[in-house]
Amino acid sequence: MAKILLEMKNITKTFPGVKALDNVNLKVEEGEIHALVGENGAGKSTLMNVLSGIYPYGTYEGDIIYNGETCKFSTIKDSESRGIVIIHQELALVPEMTIGENMYLGNERGSKAKIDWVTTYSEADKYLKMVGLTESSKVLVKEIGTGKQQLVEIAKALAKNAKLLILDEPTSSLNEEDSRALLDLMLGFKKQGMTMIIITHKLNEVSYVADKITVVRDGSTIETIDNAGHDIDEDRIIKGMVGREITNRFPKREGVKIGDVNLEVSGWTVRHPLYPERTVVNNVSINVRKGEVVGIYGLMGAGRTELAMSIFGQSYGILTGGTLKLNGQEVRLKKSPTDAIKHKIAYVTEDRKGNGLILSQSIKVNTSLANLDSISNKTVIDKDREYQVAEEYRVKLKTKTPSVEQLVGNLSGGNQQKVLLAKWMFAEPEVLILDEPTRGIDVGAKYEIYCIINDLAAEGKSVIMISSELPEVLAMSDRIYIMNASRIVGEMKASEATQENIMAAILKSGRGD
Amino acid sequence: MKKSFSEVLKDNTMIIVLVLVYLFFTWRTGGSMFQPMNFNALITQNAYVFILACGMLMCMLTGGNIDLSCGSFVCFLGAIGALLMALKGLNSWVAIILMLLVGIVYGCVLGYLVAYMNIPPWIATLAGYLAFRGIGTDILSNSSSTGSISVAAVPGFLNVFSGKLFSTKLGTLNMVCMGVGIVAAVIVVLLNIVSRATKLKKGYETDSMLAVFCKSVLEAAVIMLFTYKLAMAGGIPTVLVWVVAVVLFYSFITEKTTIGRHFYVVGGNREAARLSGVNTRRIMFLAYLNMAIVTVITTYVVLARFQAANSTAGTNYEMDAISACVVGGVSAYGGAGSVFGMVVGATLIGVINLGMSLMNIDANYQKVVKGVVLLGAVAFDILSKKNAK
Repeated sequence: MAKILLEMKNITKTFPGVKALDNVNLKVEEGEIHALVGENGAGKSTLMNVLSGIYPYGTYEGDIIYNGETCKFSTIKDSESRGIVIIHQELALVPEMTIGENMYLGNERGSKAKIDWVTTYSEADKYLKMVGLTESSKVLVKEIGTGKQQLVEIAKALAKNAKLLILDEPTSSLNEEDSRALLDLMLGFKKQGMTMIIITHKLNEVSYVADKITVVRDGSTIETIDNAGHDIDEDRIIKGMVGREITNRFPKREGVKIGDVNLEVSGWTVRHPLYPERTVVNNVSINVRKGEVVGIYGLMGAGRTELAMSIFGQSYGILTGGTLKLNGQEVRLKKSPTDAIKHKIAYVTEDRKGNGLILSQSIKVNTSLANLDSISNKTVIDKDREYQVAEEYRVKLKTKTPSVEQLVGNLSGGNQQKVLLAKWMFAEPEVLILDEPTRGIDVGAKYEIYCIINDLAAEGKSVIMISSELPEVLAMSDRIYIMNASRIVGEMKASEATQENIMAAILKSGRGD
Repeated sequence: MKKSFSEVLKDNTMIIVLVLVYLFFTWRTGGSMFQPMNFNALITQNAYVFILACGMLMCMLTGGNIDLSCGSFVCFLGAIGALLMALKGLNSWVAIILMLLVGIVYGCVLGYLVAYMNIPPWIATLAGYLAFRGIGTDILSNSSSTGSISVAAVPGFLNVFSGKLFSTKLGTLNMVCMGVGIVAAVIVVLLNIVSRATKLKKGYETDSMLAVFCKSVLEAAVIMLFTYKLAMAGGIPTVLVWVVAVVLFYSFITEKTTIGRHFYVVGGNREAARLSGVNTRRIMFLAYLNMAIVTVITTYVVLARFQAANSTAGTNYEMDAISACVVGGVSAYGGAGSVFGMVVGATLIGVINLGMSLMNIDANYQKVVKGVVLLGAVAFDILSKKNAK
């Protein structure tokens, strides 16, 4: 029996209104690779942030026992000095700097006043060799590919004398070949005695590298499965991940009347705007009928948002192929959202603060924005009409606010989402693409948003709902597309869909590559 | 949601500051600040700021973007105008139109560079800042031995942009001016009453009868005082007509029109505006085309006031326009600000300039004071917003 390197005991972390972690226990033995699996929002990243001191001691309950001592980390520096190093999902490298500069960023070699470049680069080269990179550390980060950048991140962690390495979805942006190389590198480190925790959605990777698997669901650790033989059945893990009961979280849809095909895209292929060699949406064909709610399920990075924005007047990426039909007629949209809006398509963004709302303006101004012309006499805005319209939607969507003159920035997430929906409903679209419509809002507001979606479908609108929450997709959709790695990998009627067979479709496509 | 007294004060801080500063200088200059001549000077000296700042405001709304080239362009275009009218003997109106065309061409080029080639505005306009001063000075030194071209002998041009309307002798009451003042005051009061009545009819919240009464009396009194002083100083300066027209035009655009709204939303969140169907590139293009046209009007006014084009014309005008906007509460990040606020800001700076000159304060210290006022205004703005949250 090997020694326990890390034990997290009864960790509870509460955010205002939400219990993100509830009595979580995690034991990691020295020299093992421990996998943490669970759905988006299950609490995996929160747990690792507690461990690394991003949420300092005192903001959570429970104990962290590392190397036999109870630790009270208050910053990342504290945990790093003990050898706990976390590599985040998003690469944190400065593209315009050299590999060496990046590796010692904030941890510079030399005296306080002067950086010792000779030591920096010679040590950097040493660590680069350890991760199997042959590049010189004087090469700029932007000149190497994503796969190699991920290896630089690992080299950077090694340079901090890591004893416990935490990798948060290290392969999410890598292709199959680079992923395999990275996993093999991890196995190599294990032989040298390094302890690692890996967070990942890719269950084939889990069964390949992990010695133990801990399943996290709804902020609790469900079970820890032994995988010493590296032969675990993936369905066994899935059961643990999704095995929750669904009670009355979704409103019933009544009187569903599904009509003709309203929007249809076929062979839709989109390339990345900055790296045109990367295909982000690959030969996708989908359709949506009048009065239908179509769900697109997929993990983050599957290409769902890119698909949606590309349909919406090519507002993302470079369209290299595909046709779009509205009501059976082929339409060539100009490369502008304005043209898409004119053709009655609306895209409700997943990032309401970043590109959805104008936080410094009032609810009124935001509501009227996408259809300002309809309340204007030529170019002069009819302020009375504008006010009435905003009021109408405030009442209709039950937005909680003292007045429609209130700045959107002062509203809660759920109410902001309602303003965003109001804006697009007022644009009178026939096809609404809702991208993660309930992200980051509380359960009550979620229910109200679901009711709005049902009402829209009942009015005969076509709704495409993109979501990475499986229960939501299952309960709200009439039909479900499953997207993974830029492709549609499955289509099923909601009545036939289950959490297991959706996950299975994703896994199968992953294996096939 | 009735506004409390302290909220009314807070909303009108800059106006109160303006009044206090004016009274301070009146006191320090022994009443000289209150002389009719100095009312007149306040307008004629600062006309260029009011006009230019309208264009700068539109640029700043789109995201804190500025135009550094406008001051140099005033010099360049003034040189061309003076050359055409005074040396080539071109008809004033033809020259006016030609100058406008030159401005439109520059505006289109600048707008294209900023909106469609994504060159950061301050760099694109920095190039103009350097180049136009050079070309302007070159034109002047090649066409005249003194390095300046007088347009004093072109009355047609001067009458359109300078002088007085129905001028009378200093110290006698100009009846036309008083008449205009009375009409303006009546219109303002009527607008207040009509606005309250329509709001009441539609059931919107509105200010109390007393508040509207006080507001009307105050506004009418200020207009009457202002026109009385101008009437005693010989009448309405022609340039005031231009200033009022430009200011009213941009107030209308920013407050009432869809295109004005688009300027605000592009500055508030450019990506959200784009995804809501706003043609953000077109807005950026229009901002800089508009800026160039406003600069042309400024050039007319300045050339007519100094009756000559010289190589120092327009120096620091871009900074004066930016300062007026910033002191007037226009956000340096874009998306917020009003023409009215800008007018108050420009007036405040104008009053401080005039007051310090009347007090014979050293020109170097005047610059220091202006710098401190600018910084103070922005710091105050940021602090008050922080407290509000």
